[in-house]
Amino acid sequence: MPGSIRERVMSRGEARSRGAMRVGAALIALLALFAVAGPWFSPYSYRALDWRHLAVPPGLIASHWLGTDALGRDLYVRTLYGLRLSLVIGGLASAVSVLIGVSWGMLAGWAGGRIDAWMMRVVDVLYALPYLFIVLILTAMLGRGNLTVLLLAIGAVGWLTLARVVRAQTLSLKRREFIEAARATGLSPRQILWRHVLPNLAGTLVAYSTLLVPQMIVYESFLSFLGLGVEPPRASLGSLINAGARQMLTAPWLLLVPAVVLVVLLLAFNLLGDGLRDVFDPSGR
Amino acid sequence: MLLLGSVVTGRPRRFGPRSRYTRAMLGYALRRMAGIVPVLFILLTVSFFVIRLAPGGPFAGGRALSARTHAELEQRYGLDRPLGAQYVAYLRALVHGDLGPSYSIRGESVGALIAAGLPVSATLGAAALGLALLAGLPLGLGAALRRDGLLDRGLAAFAALTLALPSFVTGPLLALGFGLWLRWLPVAGWQAGAARYLILPAVTLALPLAVAIARLMRASLLEVLNASYIRTARARGLGRARVLWRHALRPALVPVVSYLGPAATYLVTGSLVVETVFELPGTGRYLVQGAIDRDYPLVMGMVLVYGTLTLVANLGADLLHAWLDPRARHEPR
Repeated sequence: MPGSIRERVMSRGEARSRGAMRVGAALIALLALFAVAGPWFSPYSYRALDWRHLAVPPGLIASHWLGTDALGRDLYVRTLYGLRLSLVIGGLASAVSVLIGVSWGMLAGWAGGRIDAWMMRVVDVLYALPYLFIVLILTAMLGRGNLTVLLLAIGAVGWLTLARVVRAQTLSLKRREFIEAARATGLSPRQILWRHVLPNLAGTLVAYSTLLVPQMIVYESFLSFLGLGVEPPRASLGSLINAGARQMLTAPWLLLVPAVVLVVLLLAFNLLGDGLRDVFDPSGR
Repeated sequence: MLLLGSVVTGRPRRFGPRSRYTRAMLGYALRRMAGIVPVLFILLTVSFFVIRLAPGGPFAGGRALSARTHAELEQRYGLDRPLGAQYVAYLRALVHGDLGPSYSIRGESVGALIAAGLPVSATLGAAALGLALLAGLPLGLGAALRRDGLLDRGLAAFAALTLALPSFVTGPLLALGFGLWLRWLPVAGWQAGAARYLILPAVTLALPLAVAIARLMRASLLEVLNASYIRTARARGLGRARVLWRHALRPALVPVVSYLGPAATYLVTGSLVVETVFELPGTGRYLVQGAIDRDYPLVMGMVLVYGTLTLVANLGADLLHAWLDPRARHEPR
């Protein structure tokens, strides 16, 4: 294949991915704005029961713009609250994952040798386990509806891939001259890792943690869907979808509205994350 | 023919009980199988203690029991004994194939519950995996052969969309569309042997898997087709189809095969959602309900079944990988 054609294809693909990235970022900003400010525009709260308007379809009736559920709770407000929760949990759980994954990966990569082999073996074993099952058991037992448990549990699932990526990068950074120079000036390993290795991982970290957020959102929704996440009257996108699926014959909007919001949210994060990965880590898949 | 071929090329025989090939494979397989047992043991041990350390007990919530009944129940199931003794007793029964009685489902043993539910879950999983391979492999192949063609771009767009569609969204949406609105297929439920009831759940479960397989197949085939030995084969005058089937396909399948391990893990967790959405009488519901009810033996049984399943599937994928790619046999990671 002649080089020129290949270059043109690459650059076109690159341009497309930059565009997709912008769309993703814009969508996230828009959704976040809505999640924060949207509920102010409705006269209802997420837990208020409107007895005169039970299971109303979307429309202009009594400013229930997206309809109500069987208890008369406003779906517009509840969906935005669910979105808020998804964003917060997605962000915080990703932070937990990043913290574990980066520490584990950097330590393994820096230590090398037997410690590295052992630490990566742990990651391999955890990879092969249906890890989500363990999380599921843990959340079921340690407290349904307890947000801290939920956060830690799903955060603990996401770190494996990141640990591998960070370890590989640390291994290759370790052999570079500037690290040797840092060592020669007498810096301690902690200082080197903190000031010289970590900043060089920043790009990769940004890309992978952006990709982690949608994963964490899915895990949270998954747990809420199974009835292990947030408890009523609070709502998350997952629990709303679950509730909607039970009444889809009589009130399909209860399923469709939160489902569409979740899909758009995930799509936006994936677009942004994929784009960022292409920029910072061209080798990654 | 095979024999003759190996004489001509001077390579050792590749098959037969005594060939180096078979011996290397066998050794690798045994090594890996032995590795499963300790992992499973650790998984069981950790689960055993973790679920008992969690607050609450099997007879604490729900119905109000008199202190005496409570004590009697605990004694009957051996819950009043020290944890260590309970652990030893559990392992001893397990070695004899006894998974214990269920605490929450009256008069049922965990073994019987699993025996009743597992065929349903296994059918669902097998159907989904088959469907995913059947759809994913040709799609990926087609996309790679016509890069940037209609199929290729369609696949890329579709893949981006399915990534954003978890199965607890696609499941209800498919049920709504094909079950309630079009009325082509049943919305939920299960009748033994009736394929109509299997279609929507299997499609829901297979969808992300099919897309992942298609993408992997596309990427790896593109890479292989760029390799110099493919150019050599073409230069020797072999036709495109022959090069594809004889030289490119096998190495291109390697990444797909190694993905089958994670795919099994996905199938196991995914089946949970799908069984809930479509109300299938599989084993999935026991895990969540068992954990909520503190039904220790049931949860342990589920951990054992699904743990074994994923570990064996991962092993199977690695063995297939080793068979396709000899380099993988020597490096036990």
